Amino acid sequence: MAAQTLILIEHDRRQVKRPSLHAVTAAQQLGGDYAFLLLGKGLEEMAKSLTGHGATAVLVADDAALAEPLADRYATVIANAFQKTGATTLLATSSTFSKDILPRAAALLDAPMLTDVVAIEEKEGALSYQRPVSAGSMLATVQLKGDKRVLTIRAAAFAAPEGNATASRVENLAVDTASLPNGMQFVSREERVSDRPDLTEARVVIGGGRPLKDKETFDRLVGGLADSLGGAIGATRAAVDTGLAPNDCQIGQTGKVIAPELYIALGISGAIQHLAGIKDSRVIVAINKDPDAPIFQMATYGLVGDLHQLVPQLIESIRKG
Amino acid sequence: MTQPIAKILVAFKSVPDPYEEAAPGGSGSTAKSVINPFDEIAIEEALRIRERGEATEIVGLTIGPATVDEQVRAAMAMGVDRAIRIDDSRALDPYAVARILHAAVQKEAPQVVLMGKQAVDDDSNQAGQMLAGLLGWPQATFVSKVEFLDNGDRARCTRETDAGLEVLEVKLPAIITTDLRLNEPRYVSLPGLMKARKKPIEVLTCEQLGVQVEPLTTTISTARPPKRTAGTRVESVEELVAKLKEEAKVL
Repeated sequence: MAAQTLILIEHDRRQVKRPSLHAVTAAQQLGGDYAFLLLGKGLEEMAKSLTGHGATAVLVADDAALAEPLADRYATVIANAFQKTGATTLLATSSTFSKDILPRAAALLDAPMLTDVVAIEEKEGALSYQRPVSAGSMLATVQLKGDKRVLTIRAAAFAAPEGNATASRVENLAVDTASLPNGMQFVSREERVSDRPDLTEARVVIGGGRPLKDKETFDRLVGGLADSLGGAIGATRAAVDTGLAPNDCQIGQTGKVIAPELYIALGISGAIQHLAGIKDSRVIVAINKDPDAPIFQMATYGLVGDLHQLVPQLIESIRKG
Repeated sequence: MTQPIAKILVAFKSVPDPYEEAAPGGSGSTAKSVINPFDEIAIEEALRIRERGEATEIVGLTIGPATVDEQVRAAMAMGVDRAIRIDDSRALDPYAVARILHAAVQKEAPQVVLMGKQAVDDDSNQAGQMLAGLLGWPQATFVSKVEFLDNGDRARCTRETDAGLEVLEVKLPAIITTDLRLNEPRYVSLPGLMKARKKPIEVLTCEQLGVQVEPLTTTISTARPPKRTAGTRVESVEELVAKLKEEAKVL
């Protein structure tokens, strides 16, 4: 089970989250071999789905005590697995899951951690890492001391890995449930049913700002355009704060970072906190009635006008093909 | 709840004002400093818990040189009862911060530590979770609602996750890190500011706390990332659709 990098894999209790696998590309850049670590309950199928990505092993901690991702237990199991594999890097794709659990594991391992790494390079014989700071307005280049490290990487900055024909072995990790921390209890999770793709995985994302005024208009214009393109919906902090869109739709410094093929910003002026979350999109379209809105400074295509008139026209035009 | 929580400790960081653009090559030393907005939410929440009669004392805790006393006074003006500043002017990484906070928490022995989920200058989102790991305490991160249950033995916390809202219960003592929508921090009043001048700031060193830390991360350089340039203005929906199809090939 030895490996130089241990990659923590995230899942939604049904399947592996695809951005999780982008960590493979980062592991390859770090050099050396890597193993996957999967925690939860009922993981057999998911473990199998991970055997074609060149990992030395797929390590599985499958136990009722791990059914929910409680940080105290998860960090303990992850730190133990890290020590068993003799790995020097603990790696995962950035998400609320990894950001909740990995810093805790880093403390248990007495290791430094970097969040949201976007590039890894060798400089003066030492590895250095780039990560955005101050809402992405600056890029810091950082070096680490010590013989072990914990990293989360931005999925948008590392490509999805190619498949690898060599099948990895699935190995079960024994979980000593009696010794696990027991101070946290899962109560409930809001299960919102949506036919739309996941915001961080979607090819097309439509974002809406506060000028959409009410939830009905937001759903009709942002939701309608998203559905005409098979896309996901996103929102600015202001739109979320005024109840136009659910919290987990927030894009930006403190929300999600996306990098779709196409991002269409409706009524979004372009606060730097929001731009931090969209700047890696391949094509950005901005529709806004203010010709001086900062979003036009980074949009691939800008259209000035009233979105209440333009968006229905756009939906109509796309539907007609 | 009949038995109030004896002590809530709120940890906060002084950061360059995020509404002024950061300067290259430094930590934004030209901008004026403010309490990290997420930590301000943590302070506000602690005050509200006390105002509901569910806590007795609110202690503020920060790390930095004497220049951050301005933010310490601002926290006291909001209503924090007393404050501790660990005097350290080095560029600390989150793990070093967590180890210093660990020593201070052991000294103060609060039932709850509240702090922001991340500092908006460094955007690391680590210190709270690391502190929880060092203490072996339960943690509730990215929290948008807090209620205390069972005589203050447990907290029920709503968390903002990528998949939506999640509810957890944590046994106290615990670390709670705050997200944006937990509350709207109050403005500092003039009488509050006057009162804050009389409140004590206890200044401690790492040595006095018996903690020795060396940061393990070193920032070699900071630079502005490559900027996206403005593209084309289009005049109509027809033109936009044509560009998306023929030029960008995304439709």
